Amino acid sequence: MRYSAWSLLRGALSGHRHWEPAWADVTRRSNYDVIIVGGGGHGLAAAYYLAKNHGVANVAVLERGWIGGGNTGRNTTIVRSNYLFPESARLYDFSLKLYESLSQELNFNIMLSQRALVMLAHSRHDLDSMSRWANAMRMNGIAAELVTAAEVGAMAPALDLSANARLPVLGGFVQRRAGTARHDAVAWGYARAASALGVHIIQNCEVRGFILESGKVAGVDTSQGPIRADRVGIAAAGHSSVLAKLAGFRLPVTSYALQAMVSEPIKPILDTVVLSPGTGAYVSQSDKGEIVMGAMLDLFPSYAQRGSFAVKQAIIAAVLALFPSFSRLQLLRQWAGIVDVVHDSSPIIGPTPVPGLYINCGWGTGGFKAIPAGGWTLAHVLATGKSHALAEPFQLQRFIDGRLIDEAAASGIAH
Amino acid sequence: MMRIPCICCGPRDENEFVCGGTTHIQRPALDASDATWGRYLFFRDNPKGVHLERWRHAQGCGRWFNLARSTVTHEVLAVYAMTERPPTELPSP
Repeated sequence: MRYSAWSLLRGALSGHRHWEPAWADVTRRSNYDVIIVGGGGHGLAAAYYLAKNHGVANVAVLERGWIGGGNTGRNTTIVRSNYLFPESARLYDFSLKLYESLSQELNFNIMLSQRALVMLAHSRHDLDSMSRWANAMRMNGIAAELVTAAEVGAMAPALDLSANARLPVLGGFVQRRAGTARHDAVAWGYARAASALGVHIIQNCEVRGFILESGKVAGVDTSQGPIRADRVGIAAAGHSSVLAKLAGFRLPVTSYALQAMVSEPIKPILDTVVLSPGTGAYVSQSDKGEIVMGAMLDLFPSYAQRGSFAVKQAIIAAVLALFPSFSRLQLLRQWAGIVDVVHDSSPIIGPTPVPGLYINCGWGTGGFKAIPAGGWTLAHVLATGKSHALAEPFQLQRFIDGRLIDEAAASGIAH
Repeated sequence: MMRIPCICCGPRDENEFVCGGTTHIQRPALDASDATWGRYLFFRDNPKGVHLERWRHAQGCGRWFNLARSTVTHEVLAVYAMTERPPTELPSP
């Protein structure tokens, strides 16, 4: 069923009894052309683009819990493409471009709001690094503007703009095309569109091993029994190392908890995204009115989807230094997602040491913004056996060759 | 909040410490291949379960020491000195 104003109107007249499930509840087959392990944004997007771009629709997405219940439902919904190196700029800007037309593409409102992202400079050195950053973006063909303290103040008047602020605002730069999108809608939209093209979405199905035949992947062992396919893609974020171990190899990944939180909803006060690289704090206001905030990793290996109190205190302290008036807000929810951090803060999209097994991981603290591009490029390598041009620099082999693409500065969070 | 048992000062709050990552990594010989060297520098087990790791009491005595800690429950299962081998038997987390 196509969503439209007409279908809403029709529903209004018929008591809204015509709605159908957004994706099909399927009986799983024993055999697929491609299996994707992980039903988050990247896995669902890969399944959709396999069917849409490559005509490979005999695909199963296996999800251990429920779709979008991992990092796709745990991020702070920010989309941006302000990276430093040409390889990353190409990849992330391609992702942002796909986001710009995604609601139409999927016939599902992902509530993309290009409300701009303001990076704050708190010192002379920050101003220099912002100039370098904005110029790097422009060299890569991505619009960025350096702004003065007064211009930042006009965009986000709730900031502490006084001269004796703990973190004085001296200026910064803006990416106007950046903003936020509804994270759940991205998972649901891709799931619905993929399901409509024939993809099977199987929830509560945990992969417990890989079936290998003469060294090649031949399927997976799951909590619902074995399922066969000679091409398998892993899109499991913080659990990538666990799956890699089942397949017999290691990854240059460490899993950390990244926490975020929202306040009670309040009336509109902040209509842009504010990021302070000095403290790592990033703040926006959701459409429901909640102040959404995060800042730093719990810097010790963890698979626990919570966050430590010490780090929570530091995050709140950083946000309140920027926005003193938020001190009166009550915290509504706090959570953490397990992120897959690699040494150069850049992703890995491509083949693994096991023939037929491909991986999309290493997005670390920035996976949400990359969902369309991560799905597109994983689908490409699964369908053709060759890496997409955008993904070529982002291979596992770069850790042996030493060709790292170090985006630690642009990731916004100290790794 | 974890309580980390510093080998010198006893249990203290986690924000007095920094984690130095996986411990017991053996440096390969200088004539190692690129693959061996790359694996040494970057590739890790990253276990979901017991992890042997280094911590430093940065806001305290400054001492480095080893922990066996569960990455799922965050429970500390053993504490031992930098040059010691890990205990052969650990309590289950």
